[in-house]
Amino acid sequence: MKNTTGMFALPARILHWLMAAMILAMLFIGVGMVASVSERHEWLLRIHKPLGIAILLLAVVRLAVRLRHPPPPLPADLPMLQKLAAHASHWLLYALMIAMPLVGWAMLSAGGYPVMLGASLRLPAILPASATAFAIMRHLHSWLALLLFLTFLAHLAAALYHGLIRRDGVLASMVGGSRKS
Amino acid sequence: MPDPHASPTPPARHPGAWALILAVPTACALALAYVGGWLSPQRLTPGRIVDQFQQNAGVHPGYRRNHAKGVCVAGYFQSSGEAAPYSVAQVFAPGQRTPVVGRFAIPGSNPYAPDGSVPIRSMALRFALANGQQWRTGMNSMPVFPVATPQAFFAQLQAGQPDPATGKPDPAKLAAFFAAHPETAAFRAWAKTAKPSASFATDSYWSLDAFVFTAADGAQHAVRWRMAPESVDGAAAPANDPDYLAADLRQRLAHGPLHWKLLVTLARPGDPTNDATKAWPADRTTVDAGMLVVESEQPQDSGPCRDINYDPTVLPNGIEVSDDPLLPARSAAYADSYLRRTSEEAHLPGTARVDTKPQAEARP
Repeated sequence: MKNTTGMFALPARILHWLMAAMILAMLFIGVGMVASVSERHEWLLRIHKPLGIAILLLAVVRLAVRLRHPPPPLPADLPMLQKLAAHASHWLLYALMIAMPLVGWAMLSAGGYPVMLGASLRLPAILPASATAFAIMRHLHSWLALLLFLTFLAHLAAALYHGLIRRDGVLASMVGGSRKS
Repeated sequence: MPDPHASPTPPARHPGAWALILAVPTACALALAYVGGWLSPQRLTPGRIVDQFQQNAGVHPGYRRNHAKGVCVAGYFQSSGEAAPYSVAQVFAPGQRTPVVGRFAIPGSNPYAPDGSVPIRSMALRFALANGQQWRTGMNSMPVFPVATPQAFFAQLQAGQPDPATGKPDPAKLAAFFAAHPETAAFRAWAKTAKPSASFATDSYWSLDAFVFTAADGAQHAVRWRMAPESVDGAAAPANDPDYLAADLRQRLAHGPLHWKLLVTLARPGDPTNDATKAWPADRTTVDAGMLVVESEQPQDSGPCRDINYDPTVLPNGIEVSDDPLLPARSAAYADSYLRRTSEEAHLPGTARVDTKPQAEARP
């Protein structure tokens, strides 16, 4: 099903902006909680785990929406390198929004922690307890978070570039409203 | 720098647009850096607390950064059911038996410190509840903690940093710390008469921090708890032996299990839950929640307690943290210490090699 509207489908736009807010919040929560010794550490940690699982579930829904409703094509006059960067960064974002919660879940499992999403809702372990696996997963969680944040910054800069410099309708296709300014 | 590609927009509008494209992501990056503490090196972070432990006693790769010297134990908790009216935690259900993996230790970051060097012993427990939830607790053999906040705790660690000239803490700095922290008075009064015990088995272990029990009807009770020993043959520690505690434990367990009663104290309104330096009045209702039975011990470098982070905020449904400011700080600092030592266990690049030789030598 080819996209001929020049816009992202409404479900795709809703998921994009909802998850943008959730993922950005998640990055700030994660960085804040590990740098804090105050009661913020506790309540941020309490938000972090269920929010991460929510992002994982929404990312799967979003992939399905993307397959069902392909995104509008990039402008034909966009240089090849920029097209490549756009596609690569989008798939990297998808990969990271699925990998981050899974790595976090695996890390808690390997550390022997119960994976609690609330007072009594518990997820099963997805890795056996292992100090080595814990350490690797815990570091991976930080490095992937950094990569996700840098990819987000590039995505943000590229969106602004499309909207302010090229004015080629790419930003509008996700923001909604009229196609060309 | 205008876009080299032709664009219908007049070039005069580009500088502002480019500035915005640069400024928005930069502002995001700065905000994250601020939240992460990278712009404020004076902020107390878990990493700075653990760094200070390493300053005070050196780095001992693979070991916990505090309470480094210890021994693993295993056993179970047999619930009496008497705490069940106050907490829905499955561990308190009448007749419930919950397996426990624990650890006895002495405070300090040196895994080779003589057992008699401090009058404090600690007991850490992980209860593995049948429903998959866990209760982790770290208790000390003293009724009050010296300080009430992570900031004061950090200041105490700094004051205790050995002077490079003498290899001992500077008495003037310690005196200045205690003068500036009158809340340490109750702990110091206890420490004045406390003697290093000859056995882990004869000590009481206090939760120190307050927690909150939630009952089936939603009622909440602030609590503290302690493990009260059945063994009361307390004796003075043997002189000239740096490693008597593990040997004593092994000897006692060869003759049978060791027992502690879990005594839960219920606060009355107004009792401080956010200040571990203040004991609650002695007349508070105390519930005998059941019996901890310790059946076996294992060396800590290969035993099942090795890879457990005894984070006291890992709690089952029915027990919650209180407003005690030490609890989140303990959780955050333990997590940092756990990552450092598991990274060393995993031989990850950039970590120190696991220090096993002296441990092997110390073992009979």
